[in-house]
Amino acid sequence: MNRLTVSLSPHIHSGGSISRCMWNVVIAMMPALAVAIWTFGLPAIQVTIVCVATCLATEWLITRFMLRQPSTLSNGSALITGLLLAFNLPSILPWWMAAIGAIVAIGIGKMSFGGLGCNIWNPALVGRVFLLISFPAAMTTWPSDVPSGFDAISGASTQADASSGATLLTHLNAGDNSLSDYNLLDLAVGNMNGSLGEVGAIAILIGLAYLLITHTVTWHIPVSVLASAAFFSWVLGGNPLLDLFAGGLLLGAVFMATDYVTSPMTRSGQVLFGIMIGLITIIIRRFGAYPEGVSFAILLMNSFVPLINKYMRPSVFGEKERRAAA
Amino acid sequence: MKTFRKGGIHPPEDKITAGCPIVEMPVPSELRIMLSQCIGVPPKPVVKVGDSVTRGQVVAESSAFVSAPIHSPVNGKVSKIEPTRTPQGIWQDSIVIIPHGEKPTDASFTPRHQDEIDSLSPEDIIRIVGEAGIVGLGGAAFPTRVKLTIPKGKKADTVIINGAECEPCLTCDDALMRSDADGIVTGTLLIMRATGAEKGIIAIEANKPEAIKAMKKAVSRFGNLQVETLKKKYPQGGEKQLIYAVTGKTVPAGSLPIETGCIVDNVATAFAVFNAVCNGIPLMERIVTVTGPDLSSPGNYLVRNGTRISDILDFAGGMPENTGKVVAGGPMMGKAVSCIEASSSKGLSGIVVIPDSKSMRRQASPCIRCARCVAACPMGLEPYLLMRQGEMSLWEDMKRHGATNCLECGSCTYICPASRPLLDYIKLGKQEIRKANS
Repeated sequence: MNRLTVSLSPHIHSGGSISRCMWNVVIAMMPALAVAIWTFGLPAIQVTIVCVATCLATEWLITRFMLRQPSTLSNGSALITGLLLAFNLPSILPWWMAAIGAIVAIGIGKMSFGGLGCNIWNPALVGRVFLLISFPAAMTTWPSDVPSGFDAISGASTQADASSGATLLTHLNAGDNSLSDYNLLDLAVGNMNGSLGEVGAIAILIGLAYLLITHTVTWHIPVSVLASAAFFSWVLGGNPLLDLFAGGLLLGAVFMATDYVTSPMTRSGQVLFGIMIGLITIIIRRFGAYPEGVSFAILLMNSFVPLINKYMRPSVFGEKERRAAA
Repeated sequence: MKTFRKGGIHPPEDKITAGCPIVEMPVPSELRIMLSQCIGVPPKPVVKVGDSVTRGQVVAESSAFVSAPIHSPVNGKVSKIEPTRTPQGIWQDSIVIIPHGEKPTDASFTPRHQDEIDSLSPEDIIRIVGEAGIVGLGGAAFPTRVKLTIPKGKKADTVIINGAECEPCLTCDDALMRSDADGIVTGTLLIMRATGAEKGIIAIEANKPEAIKAMKKAVSRFGNLQVETLKKKYPQGGEKQLIYAVTGKTVPAGSLPIETGCIVDNVATAFAVFNAVCNGIPLMERIVTVTGPDLSSPGNYLVRNGTRISDILDFAGGMPENTGKVVAGGPMMGKAVSCIEASSSKGLSGIVVIPDSKSMRRQASPCIRCARCVAACPMGLEPYLLMRQGEMSLWEDMKRHGATNCLECGSCTYICPASRPLLDYIKLGKQEIRKANS
């Protein structure tokens, strides 16, 4: 006679897995990576390889020798952290700085909290902000030889480092926001300066479409981040379109704010989370010392996620009616 | 098309028996009729070993209100009254009947005359339903007599007949609607008379076009009946979800459906009411969907109460070599069978044979807080949180977070990419909360 397996219901499963979710994110990042390589050339590949390899190595060493647990590399999350970190760095960053960022991202940003699912902040952003604070000059030095769509105004750079190319945001932060100076098409296809992953708006949107089609993420976070940023940009007299396409907003809204682990659990919480990221980003861009605020906005809101989860619960079916009847 | 609003999932249908007609399964050499077949007090045997019984004769009954008598489906002889195993392997008293061998017929039952049926009072109908041993045939097996008895101060206005059959694999309700639409309609009208409801709605998911056609034709003569086609989504057939989908009303948490003026009964229950009231036939057999990807002849079989699951599987072509799991009921809410020698009961809607390769759960990994369980929960609960509380035995916290509202549909566990046993812990928590309350 056969031996029958017994378990509680349900007896079927969707087949979805963590690694499938993660690989879908990796696939979604490929168009943006391709644009980065096309725009920045070989240095982009170098930064990406250093970040990914260091992230994987750090996680493997920690699971192997500190936690003494089976390797968790196959779930793909360390790979995503590596790619995301690379997307957040200038292509000409010295390789050892990128490596330090990767070690901080995985070691402090993720594994010190207990690994996948336990971290409070987006690991890649922890790595990026660590680098931004430690090496402010190198982190805001962009390759000056990129054939950018705003060569004409690059001389208006407010950066101290004269050799650095300017990004659009440098101008926005300086209060220069007339669209006529920029060619929106260049921004859309990636013909602009900036960190690796933030240059190709269309490529990032293709990634978003893939994530939505495969049900890897829902629209709530990316749409609310972008809508809120556009709205507050308009309120503060900026150019919403420029704010959307410039800098890391798209990258942040699509790939970083949507990180499962560090975003809220309810739809309403996710929308609030997104709106606040958009608002904080615009505030930092307009009034802050840094030209870019997406990373800080996401990290700040990451810190609020436990609070959001505590107070923005789903409504239990029939609970309102029960209270009304009582 | 209407559906419920909150949560829900779309598992593959796998209804491979959808076109199969209802086939009567031959009477096996032995029937083991379990005494505890429904929610409530198990009835006591009223026959002795050696007694001859006839088809339709009461073999066990109870004076308790929440209980249902049991009838012999065959002419035969009581050979033993002894404990046998339930499908879940628990020992339980059963009446063993050796059938005489002839094919059971309904000739011995006297149908009621139409005039007599028309003159029945609501109390009469409820009494007949009770005497016929009818329980909810959707799977929960709650005595129908109790459901039809409207509590004092409440009023029923709508009877919803549940033909959603949202469970993957199962097609028994579909088969019944296709073959006996008129009986279901008569049963619905009788339930409406018994409860005083003015309106009857037969709710069917859109994936059963044949059944919808048959039921629409059958209700066309009655102005107070309608067929509602629902968008396919699991768990549409959940009582509270169905009421919301059909009427837009929300049953208050912790309350019974009657708070919204609705009574929900399965199509097979409605048919059983028709059979009992009009034909005088008690509930002794039911349609069981026997299915599985490797089963040689899956189908919708008319099975006598007390037939061994192994006999049913033999009739469906034998249990495949690669069987890893047998489920009594549907794959989402059914119970895994540990003892296939155990017998069928009134609540058995399906037998699903799952191959070895799909019978084991995947290894669970840590929660990545993807929020899919929260989005899938039709009751608006937070399964990830309830599981964490369950792991730490925080039963009070689970109660505060509404664990008792869980209808155990399994959507959370189904959707979890980390394969976490969310529902296991919620079930455990519910049990502990019940214990603490009693």
